[in-house]
Amino acid sequence: MLKYVLNRLFGMVVVLFLVLTITFVIVRVAPGDPAALMLGPDATPQDAAALRIELGLDQPILVQYGKFLLSAAAGDLGQSLFFHRPVLSVLAERAEPTAFLALFSLIFSIVIAVPIGIYVAYRRGGAADQGAVSAAMLAASVPSFWTGLVLQRWLASDLGWFPASGYGGPGAGFFDRMGYLILPSIVLGIVNSALILRFTRASMLDVLGEDYIRTARSKGMSEGRVVLRHALKNAAIPIVTVVGLTFALLVSGAVVTERVFNIPGMGSLVVGAVLRRDYPIIQGTLIVVAALYILINLCTDLLYLLIDKRVRY
Amino acid sequence: MNRAPILSVDGLRVAFRSRGRQVTALRDVDFSIEAGRTLALVGESGSGKSVTSLALLGLLPPNGKVTGGRATYRSRNGATLDLAGLPAKQFRKVRGREIAMIFQEPMSSLNPLFSIGEQIGEMLKLHEDLDAAARRRRVVEMLELVEIPAAASRLDDYPHELSGGMRQRVMIALALVCAPQLLIADEPTTALDVTVQAQILDLMRRLQREMGMSILFITHDMGVVAEMADDVAVMYAGAIVEEAGVEALFARPAHPYTRGLLASIPRPDRPEGERLKAIPGAVPPLTALPPGCAFAPRCPHALPACDQPVALEAVLPAHRAACIRASEVMADA
Repeated sequence: MLKYVLNRLFGMVVVLFLVLTITFVIVRVAPGDPAALMLGPDATPQDAAALRIELGLDQPILVQYGKFLLSAAAGDLGQSLFFHRPVLSVLAERAEPTAFLALFSLIFSIVIAVPIGIYVAYRRGGAADQGAVSAAMLAASVPSFWTGLVLQRWLASDLGWFPASGYGGPGAGFFDRMGYLILPSIVLGIVNSALILRFTRASMLDVLGEDYIRTARSKGMSEGRVVLRHALKNAAIPIVTVVGLTFALLVSGAVVTERVFNIPGMGSLVVGAVLRRDYPIIQGTLIVVAALYILINLCTDLLYLLIDKRVRY
Repeated sequence: MNRAPILSVDGLRVAFRSRGRQVTALRDVDFSIEAGRTLALVGESGSGKSVTSLALLGLLPPNGKVTGGRATYRSRNGATLDLAGLPAKQFRKVRGREIAMIFQEPMSSLNPLFSIGEQIGEMLKLHEDLDAAARRRRVVEMLELVEIPAAASRLDDYPHELSGGMRQRVMIALALVCAPQLLIADEPTTALDVTVQAQILDLMRRLQREMGMSILFITHDMGVVAEMADDVAVMYAGAIVEEAGVEALFARPAHPYTRGLLASIPRPDRPEGERLKAIPGAVPPLTALPPGCAFAPRCPHALPACDQPVALEAVLPAHRAACIRASEVMADA
């Protein structure tokens, strides 16, 4: 078990190395000169050349790569070309809204999707089942920026239930800031709840047809106990898996949602960084996201152990 | 011994809704089980044996429904209940506590995610008011009773850690832990090796002697019937065609179908070169039953009059058959 976790963590290092390499290459082959972009349209070619030397962009690509890997291993992801501050501190500043946005929308989608999925699987083929499956299909096919704009207009502008956009400004307290995340969390959660609902339903349908469910009923327990204790535990592994995957997807989903609601999170940071060719920020974000993704997957796999005693690592 | 029936099923009808059509799976099923005795319900696959057992426990799938008849059950406290129309809430007090069931597939009938101690203990939790320690003791006693070696140390085992025979023992322990009056065993040994099968049958007989419950034993295996049953009811296409004591039925079957079933048992004393006697044809689909006797199209004794409905009637005391030529068939045996 410990050996398994250590193995997985070692695997994570390998993946991170690959992510570092790929981001390094992609960012370098993208057209455009970061120095020229940083200095703006009025800069002379001489200024740009001087800046390129200062940033180390004039050195051979392998030297840049080696330096990049070494400092990354030491925990230094470089300086933002735009903010002129260490990448990690810029990311840390933007992490709060994104982290809470992902967390809230995950909670929202689980709370909505899992109970409905269980219920419609139990009432298979009924009106609720057909309605939920169609609604899930619709929710999954409508892009979240559209849902975002519609809900923003309706719930925030017209009804005034939620703040329409932003993150409360510099003086806002914690709960004030969280209030700004409710509507975006719902928007982001809707798409994911569609996915979780379909998985929950399918997994429950499989399990409810099993012989041991008939055995459970033959013992004389309530239907609630049959479904929530005997069936749900068996259906849990696919559900946990899809929730883990969704959580990882949320981070990328946050990019669009943050733009729509003008939230200063990692999503809007990375969009800005791409437009400004702020390589270190792009690299840093990708690395953090990749590491999160791997950690979440590891947690999912460890959760299997808790659920099913047949799983051995 | 008290010979009053503990369960008497009377004209039980079950129908399934399938693609908008109503299909009758049980047509007037009649039989009764006396206290402390074993009734074998015999028939080919699709004859309605399992549907009967599920209907008796109120466990028909959502598209199945009891459409008529009664199943009068005499409960432990002397009350009579009609299982054919029992409300769900009352049925829960019957299942497990009064009537328990074991199934064909010991591999898939136990929940893979709970230990066997939890699964047996849950039955006690549902029906009896015991503290955790007392429950645990009862579970260990029960596992010892079904001859699981080192019972106390197996409580925390999961089903995947046990062999098929052991799992069926666990299923039996689970079914009997609340000392039900009636045990429904749906082909409990079909999925097991022959040697294990004999052990499980022995175990069931011993437990029946010790605990005094009645058994409704569902099987298609005439060998197992001879081994286990006191009485036999033969099912064909959703109806009982013959009901009798086991010796009487084996010695002098009164229905041509029963006769055919008995003739198709392989015997070691069969003369060399002689082929097994199979019943020609196949069970008709429930959607296309002939108007009268359902067996008539395959029956060597069929007459034109067989296209009229035929009821289960006494040929001898305690021997009933649904055949207009029952006495002749019997005399011919």
